[in-house]
Amino acid sequence: MITKFQVAYKNLHRKRVRSLLTLIGIALSAWVLVSLLGFNHGYETSLNKDIDNMGFQLMIMAKGCPYEAATMMLKGGTGLKYMKESIMDDVAKEPEVEKTTPILMAAVFDPNKGESGGIAGYFGIEPKSFSEMKPFLKFRQGGWFTDENAYAAVMGYEAAELEQREVGDKILMPEKNIEFKVVGILERTGTQDDGTIFVPLKTAQKIFARTDEITTIGIKVKKGVDSTRLEEKMYQLPDVQIVSLAQVKDTIMKLISTAKVMVLSIAIIAILIAMVGVINTILTSVWERFQEIGILKTIGAMPGDIFKLVWMETLILCTTGGVLGVILALILSRVTDLVIRHVLPYAPSGGLVLIDLKLVLITMASILCIGLLSGLYPAWKAGKIMPLEAIRGEVGR
Amino acid sequence: MSQKNISIEAINLKKVYLRGSEEIAAVNDVSMRINQGDFISIIGPSGSGKTTLINLLGFLDNPTSGELRLGERSIFNHTKPLSERKLTKIRRETFGYIFQNFYLIPTLTVMENVMLPLTFYQKPDTENEAVKLLRLLGMEHRKDHLPGQISGGEMQRVAIARAMVNRPDILLADEPTGNLDTKRSSEIVQVLRELNRKVGLTVIMVTHNQDLARCADRMFEMRDGKICQIACEPEDIYCNNASPDLS
Repeated sequence: MITKFQVAYKNLHRKRVRSLLTLIGIALSAWVLVSLLGFNHGYETSLNKDIDNMGFQLMIMAKGCPYEAATMMLKGGTGLKYMKESIMDDVAKEPEVEKTTPILMAAVFDPNKGESGGIAGYFGIEPKSFSEMKPFLKFRQGGWFTDENAYAAVMGYEAAELEQREVGDKILMPEKNIEFKVVGILERTGTQDDGTIFVPLKTAQKIFARTDEITTIGIKVKKGVDSTRLEEKMYQLPDVQIVSLAQVKDTIMKLISTAKVMVLSIAIIAILIAMVGVINTILTSVWERFQEIGILKTIGAMPGDIFKLVWMETLILCTTGGVLGVILALILSRVTDLVIRHVLPYAPSGGLVLIDLKLVLITMASILCIGLLSGLYPAWKAGKIMPLEAIRGEVGR
Repeated sequence: MSQKNISIEAINLKKVYLRGSEEIAAVNDVSMRINQGDFISIIGPSGSGKTTLINLLGFLDNPTSGELRLGERSIFNHTKPLSERKLTKIRRETFGYIFQNFYLIPTLTVMENVMLPLTFYQKPDTENEAVKLLRLLGMEHRKDHLPGQISGGEMQRVAIARAMVNRPDILLADEPTGNLDTKRSSEIVQVLRELNRKVGLTVIMVTHNQDLARCADRMFEMRDGKICQIACEPEDIYCNNASPDLS
């Protein structure tokens, strides 16, 4: 027995060019839709990953202190503010806090850096808590120092390249004229860590005469916890400032929201065009087969059978178009990534278009819903064709 | 084929169309009875109402007034028209239709066209009916061809097989030879005659060709919406042509 699906499928073969063009329209819409959703998903994921790679979600520092190495260097190593290390205990008590790590930032003038000298950034850290916070840090050579009072250093990738140092070499801290033994060299991270030299916290406090003082506390918040509540609590501490990476993320997301709205509008327009295309194709096909549909009724088809038959044609077009669109999006995701990266003011380092199974299913469901909605009217019209009108050739539009 | 005794009886059947404010009675007070196994033909000039009558008898249209009985059941009774759904139900259980223009689906093969009615409705034990019918009508060798690859006469044979696949009690043929030459026309009428004789199928055929109409057991003529029975000449040349092998 021939099934309704086979009849519907063969009907679409009747006007192949028209069916093909409709199919291309749907496929392009699906491609735009899946790429857009993939972009939304990918951008946010990559941004989160970038922010996670910073290691901390919150940073606490003394009021007025620059919070990152670049700013510190721009200020010529001046303007650093200090707070008591004991604040760490207050922070760690908060139930929202998962981990903390103390940092003592320091900057020294290195006359051998560049043509007229430059600022070298030193971070006094506790290797255990610091590496737990930044598990993505990988060593090109060596490892972390173990003795908290040692004169040992771990160099960021760029700092080591600049100084042409390897594990076992000595480096001299300018101004202080203190030698450090290089025990580790990090791999490139694409962050400010690449240009930093890490030394034990206690050693740094001793060298810079900042016993029991630090510049920064890095905080990792427990999963699922509202970090804004913790921020509010932290502001209760005297003379500190809070930098939230959620704020940074929000700012970036706001920056790209215009671009997202634009792309979304294009996607909606593309989908509407495809929808009109489907309605036109199926409706034209129904009028062309007006007599034939009437005859189907004389040979036993109920109005519901005709409705299903026509609706099935829409379903075949939309499913095939949707699958083709998804395949196209998967194949061209790298190109889409490059184009979007070129257009956006800021793009995170990971993939910008991330297409996963959930997204594919959402796209297919959307395309099918839109397709089935488009097929409703032509199918309803076809179901209403009276056999006698069809036999007489009275096209009842 | 069906062993039921299905007869159609029209009592004072009337179908009126409105053309502007003017009422035109296409079928005017027609009463007739067609018994199970009858082969009747209806002739008449264009516009005489014969197609309107066959459409009413075949439940493709509601009459304006009168009564139409199918077996023991009164289907139309003066007033309330039947819904398209009810009409479809009666049609697919009782009738098979063939038309002048064949109306085969061009994208389906001969076999698929014949099996198409089973997609929507299937009487019990009709699984192999399509193959049997194509063999019976001498079209088995063409079963995988598309309608565009066969002749007009063959297309009408396919249309007959499609009409017969659900074992109808009554076959309605509206100008079945209208698009065929004399030889093919004769062959098609022979096929209908043989189906009527061998399986007891009731055939109601509308034609403008008097020679073909004479092959029927009874011949009716329509004029201005009225019907009258006229004599038949069974020894007519068209009825005695070598018939196709329907054994």
